[in-house]
Amino acid sequence: MDKKLNLEQKKVDLARNTAAKIADHLHSWIGNYTTTTTERAAARLLGIDDVDKGDVPLANVMVDKLQQAGCLDKGLVPWLARAVAAREEPPQEIAEKLADGQLSVDEIPELPAEKWREIADSMAEEAAVKIRGTRNKREQKKQEAMPPNKPLLYVIVATGNVYEDAIQAKAAALQGADIVAVIRHTGQSLLDYVPYGPTSEGFGGTYATQENFRIVREALDEAGEETGRYIQLVNYASGLCMPEISVMGAFERLDMMLNDAMYGILFRDINMKRTFIDQHFSRMINAYAGIIINTGEDNYLTTADAYEQGHTVLASQFINEQLGLRSGLKEEQMGLGHAFEISPSMEDGLMMEIAQAQLCRELFPNSPLKYMPPTKHVTGDIFKTYLVNGMFNLVSVLTGQEIQLLGMLTEAIHTPFISDRYLSIANSQYIFNNARHLGDEIFFKEGGKIQSRAEKLLGDACDMLQEIEKIGLEAAMEQGFFADIKRSQQGGKGGSGVIEKHKDYYNPFMDIFLNGAEAGKGGQS
Amino acid sequence: MDVDFSKVKAYGDTLNDGSMQVSFTLPVPAGDEAREAARQLALKMGLEAPSVTEMVDLGAGFTFFVLYGKCTHTVDYAAIKIPKRQQEVLDFKQINELIKNELGRKVVVVAACTGSDAHTVGIDAIINMKGYMGEYGLERYPQMDAYNLGSQVPNEDLLAKAIELKADAVLVSQVVTQKNIHLENLTELVELAEAEGLRDRVLLICGGPRISHELAIELGYDAGFGPGTLPNHVGSYIAAELIRREKTEE
Repeated sequence: MDKKLNLEQKKVDLARNTAAKIADHLHSWIGNYTTTTTERAAARLLGIDDVDKGDVPLANVMVDKLQQAGCLDKGLVPWLARAVAAREEPPQEIAEKLADGQLSVDEIPELPAEKWREIADSMAEEAAVKIRGTRNKREQKKQEAMPPNKPLLYVIVATGNVYEDAIQAKAAALQGADIVAVIRHTGQSLLDYVPYGPTSEGFGGTYATQENFRIVREALDEAGEETGRYIQLVNYASGLCMPEISVMGAFERLDMMLNDAMYGILFRDINMKRTFIDQHFSRMINAYAGIIINTGEDNYLTTADAYEQGHTVLASQFINEQLGLRSGLKEEQMGLGHAFEISPSMEDGLMMEIAQAQLCRELFPNSPLKYMPPTKHVTGDIFKTYLVNGMFNLVSVLTGQEIQLLGMLTEAIHTPFISDRYLSIANSQYIFNNARHLGDEIFFKEGGKIQSRAEKLLGDACDMLQEIEKIGLEAAMEQGFFADIKRSQQGGKGGSGVIEKHKDYYNPFMDIFLNGAEAGKGGQS
Repeated sequence: MDVDFSKVKAYGDTLNDGSMQVSFTLPVPAGDEAREAARQLALKMGLEAPSVTEMVDLGAGFTFFVLYGKCTHTVDYAAIKIPKRQQEVLDFKQINELIKNELGRKVVVVAACTGSDAHTVGIDAIINMKGYMGEYGLERYPQMDAYNLGSQVPNEDLLAKAIELKADAVLVSQVVTQKNIHLENLTELVELAEAEGLRDRVLLICGGPRISHELAIELGYDAGFGPGTLPNHVGSYIAAELIRREKTEE
């Protein structure tokens, strides 16, 4: 990649190092806590599935009972390992008996560590083997498939009915989509459990359930086989169940997960502490499963002004990167987000978009950047939207973006029709092909508008990061540094699910995932 | 041009030619039969001389069409009566002055995206400080106390907040319209407001990409705002309507 912006390396280093300090500050306390969904994720990793008679997932039943018995602060794994040792039954059976009252938490005797630790570790290793197997299968399938052109074409399906989603996902793949996301029911982020089984009703999208993941995966594999390509599947490891959804994705071979460190706090008003703890374990799972995460900086620009707040996107990308590295994600697994949201009525707005996109590219050269289409200034004029989406595609191919979330001409009207998706794919294929190597031929005028804009954005991002570092990220979010949204440290949903760890807390997955993911370079820079 | 307003037809390049373009997908495989099916559908829609100008195989048994035809239908434009909000649009300064001079107190506005809807782009554009397209949001209005409760607010919570803050106006935004979920949400809010005895004490206003003033009235709201609405449009309405009501009470 050619460097075209003449950036001051000292400034780039300053931004990254400051973000590292911000992340280190969070990590000074994240490790002292666990959460209910973190423990439920451990239960799911150990094979606990299904729901009780009242449709409550057994992972929830077990965690709730351990919490009531006051022993969740030591972690779910030690209790479950002791139960397995004492009763010589598999975890699922123990969960079922716990749910229908045949077994109580207190019945399981305390055992010395040497009696249960080995069981815990071997059960955990079994889960790790399963995840590695899924990861290997993905890598093998990718190798057998035709390598895709970049930027990759990413489309969404959002029917609310998983069977309809599967049909539309397959059709999109056959039309040329490389990546398909099944949009989630808008209310799921605030559910403190993961729904179970296939679902056929949802508004604005379909519930993320393990069975729904499997159904769409199968449809996309079929489309992949028909076309000789590998079609990537995306869902959302976000909301109140970040780590659990990561586990489901790791098992069912999802390829990407929306997985931001701050999104839930800002846009779903989820408790700050809860989110920072949850994102850590969730990302560890994604790291180990070889899943690419997508971060949500693009959302800042839908609430705040894209031109004035462009630097906040960069600052957040640096923070997301540093937090990601601390959870074992490699740079190549971080689809850092940004968006084409400057008002189309702005004179030279296109140059400002080019500056921001090129800057992201140069600051994060190894990350598969996720570029989001215009939405904020989109109206029901589908013809204009189609044109603006073309400009967006042009900027993307010109600046080497990687994950191109295709704009829909009916954005702001309805969730995409099958033809909307086709038209968006046709739009991007035309431009990506027609301008494939344009970027190789174009350099920017020294000290011109594009370079100056990039320099200003980087400078402002540095200032912002330094300010955040001074007061801490928690306080910065209280003061509305991102997306003009203010969130109190104590407020938000899900705060009661945060638990201070006992000194004997044990979760074997923390070690397995962190060491096994071979943490990317630069984590401690 | 001699248009008969009682019998208006679509216009392409000649008066009363009825020309229009439609595009749609049929769940059939592409081919001559598909093309004929699209043509027949167009005839049933009242499109004469239908011409499929583009047929695309979308895969998985779907085919997309772009079609032109001459619509035979007419509408009686002269007879149409649409209820309209009866006030002029004022600017930021004028609205604040009007409230200060005529009401002499601050106007309390409570706003939210209700139900499962998480799309705050509309309500943010109207309420948040920054506003939209160069128009300040209602939060910025010195004569207003505007509260944006954000997304996924249950109707009950929105009304509880309205009661607590003694709101003059409740603004509700609905962006997700899949399977008409917005209509259910909006209707429920009106019913709850009536049950709480709140309906006559507040202005109930809804907005969103698929909302019109007409629809809003039909659902039992005082006003509705659709695409292209700016904060001062809503502000003008609230100020004028509150003043009008205060005067009627006197």
